[in-house]
Amino acid sequence: MSVYVNKDTKVIVQGITGSTALFHTKQMLEYGTKIVGGVTPGKGGTEVEGVPVFNTVEDAVKETGATASVIYVPAPFAADAILEAVDAELDLAICITEHIPVLDMVKVKRYMEGKKTRLVGPNCPGVITPDECKIGIMPGYIHTKGHVGVVSRSGTLTYEAVHQLSQAGIGQSTAVGIGGDPVNGTDFIDVLKAFNEDEDTYAVIMIGEIGGTAEEEAAEWVKANMTKPVVGFIGGQTAPPGKRMGHAGAIISGGKGTAEEKIKTMNACGIKVAETPSVMGETLISVLKEENLLDRCTTANK
Amino acid sequence: MNIHEYQGKELLRKYGVSVPNGKVAYTIKEAVDAAKELGTGINVVKAQIHAGGRGKAGGVKVAKNLDEVRTYAEEILGKTLVTHQTGPEGKEVKRLLVEEGCDIKQEYYVGLVLDRATSRVVMMASEEGGTEIEEVAEKTPEKIFKEVIDPIVGLSPYQARRLAFNINIPKELVNKAVKFMMGLYTVFVEKDCSIAEINPLVTTGDGNVMALDAKLNFDSNALFRNKDILELRDLDEEDTKEIEASKYDLSYISLDGNIGCMVNGAGLAMSTMDIIKYYGGDPANFLDVGGGATADKVTEAFKIILSDQNVKGIFVNIFGGIMKCDVIAEGVIEATKQVGLELPLVVRLEGTNVDLGKKLLNESGLNITAAESMADGAEKIVSLVK
Repeated sequence: MSVYVNKDTKVIVQGITGSTALFHTKQMLEYGTKIVGGVTPGKGGTEVEGVPVFNTVEDAVKETGATASVIYVPAPFAADAILEAVDAELDLAICITEHIPVLDMVKVKRYMEGKKTRLVGPNCPGVITPDECKIGIMPGYIHTKGHVGVVSRSGTLTYEAVHQLSQAGIGQSTAVGIGGDPVNGTDFIDVLKAFNEDEDTYAVIMIGEIGGTAEEEAAEWVKANMTKPVVGFIGGQTAPPGKRMGHAGAIISGGKGTAEEKIKTMNACGIKVAETPSVMGETLISVLKEENLLDRCTTANK
Repeated sequence: MNIHEYQGKELLRKYGVSVPNGKVAYTIKEAVDAAKELGTGINVVKAQIHAGGRGKAGGVKVAKNLDEVRTYAEEILGKTLVTHQTGPEGKEVKRLLVEEGCDIKQEYYVGLVLDRATSRVVMMASEEGGTEIEEVAEKTPEKIFKEVIDPIVGLSPYQARRLAFNINIPKELVNKAVKFMMGLYTVFVEKDCSIAEINPLVTTGDGNVMALDAKLNFDSNALFRNKDILELRDLDEEDTKEIEASKYDLSYISLDGNIGCMVNGAGLAMSTMDIIKYYGGDPANFLDVGGGATADKVTEAFKIILSDQNVKGIFVNIFGGIMKCDVIAEGVIEATKQVGLELPLVVRLEGTNVDLGKKLLNESGLNITAAESMADGAEKIVSLVK
């Protein structure tokens, strides 16, 4: 078991003929992901990397039976690409694109209400279930199969955490990047719920950053509902207020969204928070020891 | 992106949102001429900088006649204003807004902002105008009223009306307040604002509802479809290194320390700053080179870091995903060829194409200290700049 994606997930790539999409399509195929089609309007009927290209998502789904899509479409057109994926009733749409105007995402989220599709992202690295399915831009080789779930607002910090775990011989069930934008599809609580229900996930690392209150809400949810240990990390502890730190959502405004506040709430809700990003793995290991889960989570030789 | 108050008011006027008559002035003469043209007895002379708290810092003066307009213009133009939002170095005033004075009956607050919890735009209003809304939220939260706006139908008149009644706008002026709020919302969505704050909104003796101040910020991701807004950008209000970085789509923020950082990914870039501080160092900047950076962009990024005279050492921390390590290596090598490098350089590479990247750096002959992890890199650079 795993969360959201597995070895049977059939994936299409929206915007497949762009250079970034092509590079990562190749990487995903090499990883073993079932990329069954691509979409680029006007390029239907052609083929790239041995993958058939379609003009519309609807055509691609009809022909291939895909249930998931990954979106690399440039920001001005990305909201439209998400809507197309939702309209085609895919189970999952993962949007990698960054710099989408926030009011576009407000409309997208409104449109998605009551619809079938789960959106992950935008501005995210994607979702990976090690050895089964990699959808997105994360480097595959750092992951190992196992039982720790990872959920994060930051792509590179996800890699950092995964790398530390793998180096310590601790595999991951699934790693989900929810993205750094203020309006996104899947939030911490959605992923935590999924990990809580996933019998192959024994513990979770949750990586947040400054801005908004999603970490605080997630921490409260963990306290009330989570049956598995959760450790955390918050990036931006030294970030100056009022400055947007790269991610559109990473900004301390009106005294809200500070790392201090988030860490305080997480600690109060029983989530042990790593002091630096270099000890995310160690922090988890210390908690696994306390919970007598270390042996069950150790999946590879160090 | 921020704009000046006078630019915000001009934009609001175009959308039928009532604002006092006023003119921008770059010189003392222009200020006096503006007052003459306005032809009102009392004028307000307002410093135009991208920061709040101007009044308390002496940047807003009421002039009773043309002589006073001249006196205040002389006093404020060229002055460095220090407010709670400018930082201790303050900001020099290069533009003034000369505006007709108005007979204020009552001050209110109206603002539009994205509410992250609901993923909707929310209009907030309060009868506690003139004070900072964060302060009101803390002390008297019951005095703030909110309307969550459905993006499909937009702000409905009934919602605006409800706000107007809730904040006790006199009932004969409610329709004008509704028109004001509807116009403000239209500006917000049509121009992709991230914040639109009117504080204070005032009712006047002659029965008007108008914006006495206007703070409009715009979503920089949407500027591609708002070219008219992009033209309002005032480079004098921005850090020169940040301007340079923005030309290459690099996300760069100047800080006070002496360790230059080049990182990919916002989360990792922030955390790199954090870990440098943790080991007793001080970061000189936040820099996320982004996912799709080319070697050229990396070269420019490196040059921007080196242009900071405070920088005594550089830490490159890369965990390649979309970003490839060899591209980073090429950019670093090219930049050092172009501008030379006498400072200590610590590089930590991991992720996509890591072996290729390490090979390029090893063969470059550059004096680079390799790091095995971000903690190792942070410790090394901190000890090297000491």
